[in-house]
Amino acid sequence: MSLLSDSRTAAYAPARRRGPISRLLENERWLGLALLAPTLILLGVFVAYPFVKGIELSVTDTRVGVPGHFVGFQNFVALWHDDIFRLAVWNTCLYTVVATTVKLVLGLWLALLLNRNFRGKAFMRAFILLPFIIPTVLSTFAWKWMFDPTFSVINYVLLHLHLITVADRINWLGVPWLAMASVIVVNVWRGVPFFAISLLAGLQTISPELHEAAAIDGARAWARFRHVTWPLLLPVTMVIMLFSVIQTFADFQLVYVLTGGGPANTTQLFATYAYQIGIGTGLLSQGAAVSLAIFPILLLVVIVQLVYIRRVETA
Amino acid sequence: MRRVDRRRFLQLSGAGAAAASTGALAGILASGRAPAYGQEQTLHWVRWSDFVPASDALLKGKMTEECKKATGISLQLETINANDIQARVTSAIQSGTGPDIIFAINNWPQLYAASLADMSDVAEEIGKAQGGYYGVSKQIATVGDRWIGVPWAIGGGLIAYRKSWYAEVGYDTFPDTWDKWHDAGKKLKAKGRPIGQALAHSFGDPPGFFYPWLWSFGGKEVETDGKTVALDSKETLESVKALVPFWNDACDPGGLAWDDSSNNRAFLSGTISATNNGASIYIEAKRKPDTYQTEKGEPMYKDIAHAPLPKGPGGQYNLPGPMTDMVMKYSKNQKAAKDFLRWIHSEPVFEEWFTSQQGYTDGPTKFWEGDKVWSADPVLTPFKNLPSEGRLTGYAGPPSQAAAEVQTKYIIVDMYAKAVQGAKAEDAVSWATGELKKIYGA
Repeated sequence: MSLLSDSRTAAYAPARRRGPISRLLENERWLGLALLAPTLILLGVFVAYPFVKGIELSVTDTRVGVPGHFVGFQNFVALWHDDIFRLAVWNTCLYTVVATTVKLVLGLWLALLLNRNFRGKAFMRAFILLPFIIPTVLSTFAWKWMFDPTFSVINYVLLHLHLITVADRINWLGVPWLAMASVIVVNVWRGVPFFAISLLAGLQTISPELHEAAAIDGARAWARFRHVTWPLLLPVTMVIMLFSVIQTFADFQLVYVLTGGGPANTTQLFATYAYQIGIGTGLLSQGAAVSLAIFPILLLVVIVQLVYIRRVETA
Repeated sequence: MRRVDRRRFLQLSGAGAAAASTGALAGILASGRAPAYGQEQTLHWVRWSDFVPASDALLKGKMTEECKKATGISLQLETINANDIQARVTSAIQSGTGPDIIFAINNWPQLYAASLADMSDVAEEIGKAQGGYYGVSKQIATVGDRWIGVPWAIGGGLIAYRKSWYAEVGYDTFPDTWDKWHDAGKKLKAKGRPIGQALAHSFGDPPGFFYPWLWSFGGKEVETDGKTVALDSKETLESVKALVPFWNDACDPGGLAWDDSSNNRAFLSGTISATNNGASIYIEAKRKPDTYQTEKGEPMYKDIAHAPLPKGPGGQYNLPGPMTDMVMKYSKNQKAAKDFLRWIHSEPVFEEWFTSQQGYTDGPTKFWEGDKVWSADPVLTPFKNLPSEGRLTGYAGPPSQAAAEVQTKYIIVDMYAKAVQGAKAEDAVSWATGELKKIYGA
């Protein structure tokens, strides 16, 4: 009896008083805002502010330490007539298209292999991430040594296999098309693990029953890939491509370390040219204009890809 | 132990602070000097990582201690890769905070003139006391009559070459004209010992060779007014046409991908016969005689000599690399920075550093031509005359902001790079002239 009365008393006791913040967070709208706030602050400080500042700089004639005046689109008009800039645009497009395509093909191939059962699978999956984990500058310096015109280990091997002579040493970073090919190779080497692991995650969401059903219906490996795997993997692939295109288009470290944009600007990209003008020459406004010139191209690519992803998902 | 509560703690510390401040104030007023802790200044100095590591060790160790004793200034010396200095300067100026003094190479001070403190008093004092600055030091560190920095030293290049290899092809002394060097280089390349020269995007070696090459054929960027572009000339065209066979016949094609340290490595490993460089190759070879040896097993440094870049139809030149300390306008320690620069440039102090360079750099003033460092090793003596025989980028105009822009965009270097990669000489010159006209606004 006494126990019953005690529990009744406890049940009707007033709830512990909550603070104003707790009460505010009871409201879902405020809670949502509170949870979003850290991300919004980070994006605002590190993305939105520099972006707006970049736009502001690009329409002035600001130099390092010299406040600029509004000059409208003068910097962009100057870029339009700038041979080096036009070359950088071409280089960047070539670099992005070739590197991203090769990364997709190799990444997909690697993902399909890693999706099979074999001994040491877990170790191998972790191991292939190495190029992606090592800091880019560090791994690029190692590549720089491998492409060194005098001390290249690749040339050394080719020399000892009698495939080249001392006089025919391959000038990996000194011949324009070879220099571009070399920087693409390094970008692919670094980016393939990202593609492979992401596509592997996509592959693992595909039910094995679908493959079994197709096999029972007589579909061979290629037909199963084409009609089962690929359609189901396409949305994931498009998202990965989107990330990769953005990252590759704005690449800086790799080219800066390997060639500095040379020889004679034949590996100059948007980002390296923006750095050369903005930092090397102190023309902040022109450097900002070069950086912003990426934006409409990337925006177009992103819109096309997002529309395509939506279409694939709703199909 | 008696418990000290918050109230008691505040009473005690407040009374102590009051007593200390009133008592100390009387002492300060009586002595007429700031208290020791008030006098102590910390000065942040950013420099490149020196090509002679012993000099960095000296500055960071013994000289930092001496500085503290002599001036009361705690020196915070930070050495960074030379290629990163401009990024550091830009972020410091734009944010209005950062190092008090930043070391600049070549004509960088001209790019940042508006953000640099006036150093006229210190520079004039030092120059006057030490026989006057070289013209190249002064041109880089002044805008009009205003000194925008204090010249530190002057780097520069001479050709380091293997004496025995040149003797083998009939040159007991180094070729004194481009034609003769072309001939010697051709013979040496046939033996697998080419000339090594960077023709890529790095701030030191490529401009150090290709500007003098242009001048030695009579080419120039602009007229003396510093505005009228004069690159598109018969002389420039001749220089571009002459380079292509010189490059193909005598040079290591790998130079198109070299950075500023590649030629050091190539020379010390015995793969090239000559290269335009500072004294660092010889200094390193001499420091490690057991590591760097000739094919006969002799210490390599004994087979190295230095010679100036050869002469062409337009004369014989070099491009010195003046080094300047820039005191930043945003710095709240400008007085301390001036005191420090006065101290470090005083004869006995600067001599310590100058000796550690072993001839890698020339002093900023003519006074240092008489230093004992030049008689210590005759192989390095030719470096003594570099500043007085040099020209600066932007010639025949001043080494202005526009000249700095031309250099940092590698336009002159790329004009030659385009030609050796197969572009027509006329097209290469025309492209470079167009770029110069955009920069000079002509």
